Amino acid sequence: MSLSLKIHDVSVLYPGQQKGQPVRALSGVNLDIAAGDFVVALGASGCGKTTLLNLMAGFIQPSSGVITLGDYHGLVPARIHGAELRDQVTGPGAERGVVFQKHALLPWLNVIDNVAFGLKLRGIARAERYERAMHFLQLTGLAEFRDHATYQLSGGMQQRVGIARALTNDPKMLLLDEPLGALDALTRERLQELILEIWQRTQKMMFFITHDVEEALFIATRLIIMSPRPGRITHEFAVDFGQRFLECRDARAVKSSPDFIALREQILSIIHGDEEAA
Amino acid sequence: MSLLDEKQRNAVLRTLNELRRAAPARPGEQYGAPGNGSSLLLSFGTVCVIVALWFLATRNGWIKPLFLPSPQAVWAQIVDVSRDGFADASLLTHIGWSALRVFGAFALAALTAIPVGILMGVNRVARGVFDPLVEFYRPLPPLAYLPLVVIWMGIGEGSKVLLIYLAMFAPLALSARAGVKSVAIEQIHAAYSMGASRGQVLKYVILPAALPEILTGMRIAIGFGWTTLVAAEMVAATAGLGFMVLTASKFMATDVVIMGILMIGVLALLFDLGMRWLERRLVPWKGRG
Repeated sequence: MSLSLKIHDVSVLYPGQQKGQPVRALSGVNLDIAAGDFVVALGASGCGKTTLLNLMAGFIQPSSGVITLGDYHGLVPARIHGAELRDQVTGPGAERGVVFQKHALLPWLNVIDNVAFGLKLRGIARAERYERAMHFLQLTGLAEFRDHATYQLSGGMQQRVGIARALTNDPKMLLLDEPLGALDALTRERLQELILEIWQRTQKMMFFITHDVEEALFIATRLIIMSPRPGRITHEFAVDFGQRFLECRDARAVKSSPDFIALREQILSIIHGDEEAA
Repeated sequence: MSLLDEKQRNAVLRTLNELRRAAPARPGEQYGAPGNGSSLLLSFGTVCVIVALWFLATRNGWIKPLFLPSPQAVWAQIVDVSRDGFADASLLTHIGWSALRVFGAFALAALTAIPVGILMGVNRVARGVFDPLVEFYRPLPPLAYLPLVVIWMGIGEGSKVLLIYLAMFAPLALSARAGVKSVAIEQIHAAYSMGASRGQVLKYVILPAALPEILTGMRIAIGFGWTTLVAAEMVAATAGLGFMVLTASKFMATDVVIMGILMIGVLALLFDLGMRWLERRLVPWKGRG
């Protein structure tokens, strides 16, 4: 099976406030995400990263253009058009799991019930729900906190619950909207490694938003840089620092290697250019 | 300036400066958080002081018993009325009727107003239809529409329950609506992207998220209910705490009036304590989501 998410010439217009001009949040965006891709979007604020993620999740609809998620392997080009219509993303669905920055856990459920929530929605019996949820709690290192209230956990642990919860539904794709943005530097680095390991094990399609250039370089296989006014993709880099880490297990060595630093500076200057133009 | 020498002036200024600053935080407190510390002992002290003043004022004859009977006289009335009754009904009958009216109206209001409020929160049409109705009658004092309720429903139980019901409907509906609005969009999005249907989002996300506000609304509503009780029992009641107080006032039986007030107060307080207990049990996550 070769699944891919395709974004064809997508634009998003937000109606202007009080007779103002409509705001072009995204303009002519094209992006193909294939199985095994770890795509990270980076850019100055207002560049439309979150809009792009919301489109993929199905929380908003494009003003023009099409988004599809399907298996196009072996399809002859003439038949792709029909397949795309069938596979068009028109709303949220369990095949696209989302991890939010915060406020997304359900505080009336304990940790394991949060993680098993998607299975409950599908009517799966409690014993099986818990068994499957425990697997992902172990994967994220939360097994001993299964009965805790979510609000008793630290920010980093809450984000692990969010990741475990998304994984339990076995989505084809994981959309992460600045999932580590509110965490301290040490927790952040540990979770970056955890996310890389999960990606290596599951080979799910990943789309990850961040403000942090180092984080983006470290975990991406494809790094896209977006610019504001109108929001669009301006650069794309293929990177492999994550794979290097998975081989050598030494994050500091990877992050302090000369090519990492060189690329980091190059990307920072692009983003600073955008911010100064604003 | 001539009144104080420099040293004294500095001392005064220093004291003033210290008063302008928040007190240093004690262990377990946040510096500058409004209302730091436990107030339980102080509350207990207030009650003791009031009761003591009441004792003194009546014992020393500062106030005539017609205006304020002594605590002993009120206690004697409690014993007396619970044994012999007042106005052809025992104290338990009075309490029973009032509780039946208030809690009956509360049950009816909760069963109707909470669904209406939730519907107003989640549905544009329902909000548009109900909003002007609720917002118009909400600020009206129940005494103002009491005559209308009597004309419509007569002087039986129906009009009493309806009056209390109406007083409770608005706070319950509005709190349920506010509760629905308090749910974080991330929680709703998370549920949808785990494959939830609209019904499941309502049941598993919106309703639990609205529960803290609904419980607060219930506490406010039951308070409105007790407030309205006396007005409701003005009309052709033969039993009830409000009726008892009104009847006693006609005979200048101030001790019975105060006893009735205390009874209503104690009942309302007990219910509120029960609701707070329920809040701790049902929504321990309130304010910590």
